[in-house]
Amino acid sequence: MSATPIAPPRPAPSGGEPGAWAISRRRRMTDRVVTVGVGAAFLLAMTPLVSILYTVVSKGLARFDATFFTESMRTTVGAGGGAAHAIIGTLIITGLATLASVPIGVLAAIYLREYGKGRLTRTLTFFVDVMTGIPSIVAGLFAYALFALLLGPGARLGVIGAVALSVLMIPIVVRSTEEMLKVVPDSLREAAYALGVPKWRVILKVVLPTALAGIVTGVMVAVARVIGETAPLLITTGVFTSMNHNPFDGRMENLPVYAFNEYKTPGVPVEPYLERAWAAALVLIAIVMALNLAARLLYRRYGTDLRR
Amino acid sequence: MSTSRADHPLVPRGGARQRRCGDRIFAGAAKGAGLTILLVLVGVAIFLLIEAWPAITAPAEEIPGGEGLLAFIAPLAFGSVLGAALAILIAIPLALAVSLFITHYAPRRLSQPLGYAVDLLAAIPSIIYGLWGIAVLGPAAVGVQRWLAENLGFIPLFEGPASTTGRTMLVVGLVLAVMILPIITAVTREVFSQTPRAQTEAAQALGATRWEMIRTTVLPFGRSALIGGSMLGLGRALGETMAVTIILSVSGAVTFNLISSGNPSTIAANIALDFPESSGLDVNALIASGLALFAITLLVNMAARALINRIERAASA
Repeated sequence: MSATPIAPPRPAPSGGEPGAWAISRRRRMTDRVVTVGVGAAFLLAMTPLVSILYTVVSKGLARFDATFFTESMRTTVGAGGGAAHAIIGTLIITGLATLASVPIGVLAAIYLREYGKGRLTRTLTFFVDVMTGIPSIVAGLFAYALFALLLGPGARLGVIGAVALSVLMIPIVVRSTEEMLKVVPDSLREAAYALGVPKWRVILKVVLPTALAGIVTGVMVAVARVIGETAPLLITTGVFTSMNHNPFDGRMENLPVYAFNEYKTPGVPVEPYLERAWAAALVLIAIVMALNLAARLLYRRYGTDLRR
Repeated sequence: MSTSRADHPLVPRGGARQRRCGDRIFAGAAKGAGLTILLVLVGVAIFLLIEAWPAITAPAEEIPGGEGLLAFIAPLAFGSVLGAALAILIAIPLALAVSLFITHYAPRRLSQPLGYAVDLLAAIPSIIYGLWGIAVLGPAAVGVQRWLAENLGFIPLFEGPASTTGRTMLVVGLVLAVMILPIITAVTREVFSQTPRAQTEAAQALGATRWEMIRTTVLPFGRSALIGGSMLGLGRALGETMAVTIILSVSGAVTFNLISSGNPSTIAANIALDFPESSGLDVNALIASGLALFAITLLVNMAARALINRIERAASA
């Protein structure tokens, strides 16, 4: 848009006032200083990204081995051991959260985009936006409080963590689905209506399939956002060293909490614990990056871009 | 087409009544999902209040610290606000530069990939920010903090003694600033790129340099977006848990000293640290502090969203 290069200032006519040169030179200098400053600030802001990726990869590779993915921490003291139980736990908890969030989120987005008019829609849009800002620890406390009333205080279950994660996930799914439904052109809807198709079938058979790639993309990004959440799981799923496949029975370990605990409460010697923490961080960041990348590729390949 | 309308695969068989029935069920489900979300938000407030109630009504000496709930939460709230304010102060100029760079300085072909790179900062889990902060940024900041204590020690912020581990409020502020940067730029990038073309081109036609064009058109147009985005970032920084929990070395002191090893804790970090080992009334007190955090972030976020919505309506009008 504004990337058009600006013509260099015309040289002052020979014999003109000397001041004309001075002013334009000062302006050019300011412009150049700002350009350099903005570029430098951008590079500075990107340094952490590079540094984080480098640190996690270089420190995480030490224990990025087969044992890490196949063994739990049962009976492990010191070196050895793995995070298989935490990986399974993360998959189960995040899977449950996704299972709960996607139908609610997608349906709510359909309501906002296809049905909604008036106050309820405005209120809902506003509070979905507000909900994206709920601190993750508060979501964890909510899930804990909910289950404390049902099961008594001190309950630690995988499913409580899943509830906490879905509180964080639902608004993200709503927002992204809504954006994708906006992209579906009205002419498609109108063509279906002209055939006498009832509204619900228009939505199910025309609107949703058209927006499908975008919706899936949004869900993947939402999963990536919550899969690394530590705080809500720390207070809802507890810490556990063995495999647990049942989210409704007992404590359940997961990758972020595993990484946190290995780092926070290491034994002696400290190295194997820290190495496991970094390996868990590497697995997490790999999952997050893979999900983001896959989402982007998927959208570029199959996405609806009918606006322009 | 030879098929008649009624035979079209999308048109269901059955009478109009059946169709209306399907419509009603689907519309009801969609509306129900919407209401569920509002219900969850109300539920967060209600359940937190229920679980916090025993601590709110308990006698002062039974609350951790022994001086009542307010005295328990206030220093933590101070820590949260201090860390978040520091983060916002660092992040605003950076976010301004980053969004200007992407929208007005970088070659057009690069601006999208660069935007992705900034968004990746938002994708990194907060626990990894914490680990990076304590393993890389903290140690790297030790020298700088010692220099600050020696040369700028007369300013209360840098009073020292400088921490030897880098587990300070200053490092927390820096890490939080990086974490909220993508949240602010998501708003500002969008609005900066929507600056009316007539204005930018008029500025250029008058012979403005690029910076003069930005100063006279883009910045006035995007100022409220920067404010709104910063408030969203503030909300995020107030509630950020793991990065603070891992990095900050806390003593519970209420101090503006940013570079010592005795820092005020934050509401969120305190919950994460104490909750797993707490029982009885301590849990209720922690939940009460969480309720306070919820109320603060809710207000900040509501104000931010109201502002951003107004900008967007004005921009689309």
